[in-house]
Amino acid sequence: MSDAPIISIRDLRKTYQAGEVDVHALRGVNLDVERGEFVSIVGPSGSGKSTLFHIVGGLTPPTAGSILLDGHDLLGLTDAQRTELRKTTVGFVFQKYNLLPTLTARDNIEIARHIAHKDGPPDPKFAEILKLLGLTGRLDHKPRALSGGEQQRVAIARAIVNHPAILLADEPTGNLDTENSTAVLGLLRDLNQRLGQTILMITHNPEAAAYGHRIVRMRDGRIE
Amino acid sequence: MINKLVVENLKHRPVRTTLSIVAISIQVTMVLTLVGLSAGMLDEQARRARGIGADIIVRPPSSSVLNFGLNMSADLIPKFINLQPHVAAATGVLVYPTGMLNYITGIDLAQFSQLNGGFRFVQGGPFQGPDDMLVDTYYADQHKYHVGDAVTELNRPWKLTGIYEPGMLARQVVPLATLQDLTGSRGKISVIYVKLDDPAKSGDVITSLGGRLKDYKIFSMQEYTDLYSVNSVPMLKTFTIVVIAIGVLVGFLMVFLSMYTAVLERTREIGVLKALGASPEYILNILLRETAFLAVAGSLLGILLSYATRFTINDVIHGSLIQSIVYKWWAIAAVIAIVGAMLGAIYPGLKAARQDAIEALAYE
Repeated sequence: MSDAPIISIRDLRKTYQAGEVDVHALRGVNLDVERGEFVSIVGPSGSGKSTLFHIVGGLTPPTAGSILLDGHDLLGLTDAQRTELRKTTVGFVFQKYNLLPTLTARDNIEIARHIAHKDGPPDPKFAEILKLLGLTGRLDHKPRALSGGEQQRVAIARAIVNHPAILLADEPTGNLDTENSTAVLGLLRDLNQRLGQTILMITHNPEAAAYGHRIVRMRDGRIE
Repeated sequence: MINKLVVENLKHRPVRTTLSIVAISIQVTMVLTLVGLSAGMLDEQARRARGIGADIIVRPPSSSVLNFGLNMSADLIPKFINLQPHVAAATGVLVYPTGMLNYITGIDLAQFSQLNGGFRFVQGGPFQGPDDMLVDTYYADQHKYHVGDAVTELNRPWKLTGIYEPGMLARQVVPLATLQDLTGSRGKISVIYVKLDDPAKSGDVITSLGGRLKDYKIFSMQEYTDLYSVNSVPMLKTFTIVVIAIGVLVGFLMVFLSMYTAVLERTREIGVLKALGASPEYILNILLRETAFLAVAGSLLGILLSYATRFTINDVIHGSLIQSIVYKWWAIAAVIAIVGAMLGAIYPGLKAARQDAIEALAYE
């Protein structure tokens, strides 16, 4: 692999319509994230953090500018191409965990592999990751039988099971108490240090943001 | 993995799943009961026709399976039929409808007995006078009749003189001359039953009779009983189609509603699947598999329930209806249910497949 940034964003703009009004959510964002970097993005509500997160995750297309993600140019991708990108290149961790309530923890992880057409046995390294996440004994429980911290750890396992180029975490500790928040943030840092997992984390919490190598501040659709 | 998700989703909402399966099963039972009733009634008529002991049946040109007509001259028997070689005996009967699929039949008992040795009575015996009536045990049980009872039929009283074993000709028989007078058809009959001295000669006799009785409908017993199928009765065919259409509509609406609420309820989960990279086809596939499971389970339950309706109709109600189990229609009814259900799942399925991932993830 080259030393080029894993994410390279230039003059990224996103305008969407709310009723009859054009909302300029991103007004020319420039950002490079190096491979193996843990970047925290902070900023007030409406600063464009979530929009940036959605564009980097391939959930919505940008309006203008350029964004290269692990060599893929996201501008001009079709819906189907963005869907394909989400299978293997990006992993999401959400504030509300977003596990499928009808499946066990193990199956919540498995379904991510199934969607990405990886139906064989998981690689042995993943068993170590599960151990690192402290999930080994909890895999056969459904989300309602797991604590918030456990659910978020399952969500992290699900996000990295397909070895994505980048892990996107949106307020991953927003619903957790201090103890669980510390544990989850510690895990993210471990994943970053041990596996070299690139992480982009959105947060309101300055203590959480401090876990990253670098803090990027956003305001009014731009990076300060 | 998808199947696991499908099963877990169905288990997650047991009431909705059960209701959907029951609704689909009712549709399947409805179709199977109707088809079973048609087949049961027609089979019973064919069985009674075979019980007559005739080899050849002659009916007037204008008749159809269930429309007998009253316009064939009784003189045909002495003038044509009896003159044919190999004819051992022949009798004419007059069939008069008294309701849907119910008939009263006028017979000449002496002639009729020459074909088959006569009715096997379980109570009473043959006609004593012109106003006497005989019924089979099935009809007697159904109406709780006993020998000696007065029976009102065709707006007049009859005296019940005998109850015979079923499976021969008709359920209610009266003297031919009386029925001819009552219906203004003196000298007329609806069907002629012919017994041959050698049944193997049926083909020759039919050819010979056909030459003399132009346009008359002349059948061997096998051909005649083969006519008792749903396809030969236009009214039943139409009725069956209408019931099937209602069935499909019920299945469609039930599954539509069930899947629509499922999609609304799972908006966020659909968003998660999309974030994980699930394509619209993947989402649609999940919902269609759930629907297929409901439809197959509903079909199986519907088949079981058709045994319950058969038991109710044949053994509990003791009506004039008979239901049989028509195995051939199991697959047809199931396919109808599955198609109806799949149609019902298409709109909710497409709605789910097209959902915007970001909006779905923000859904509370």
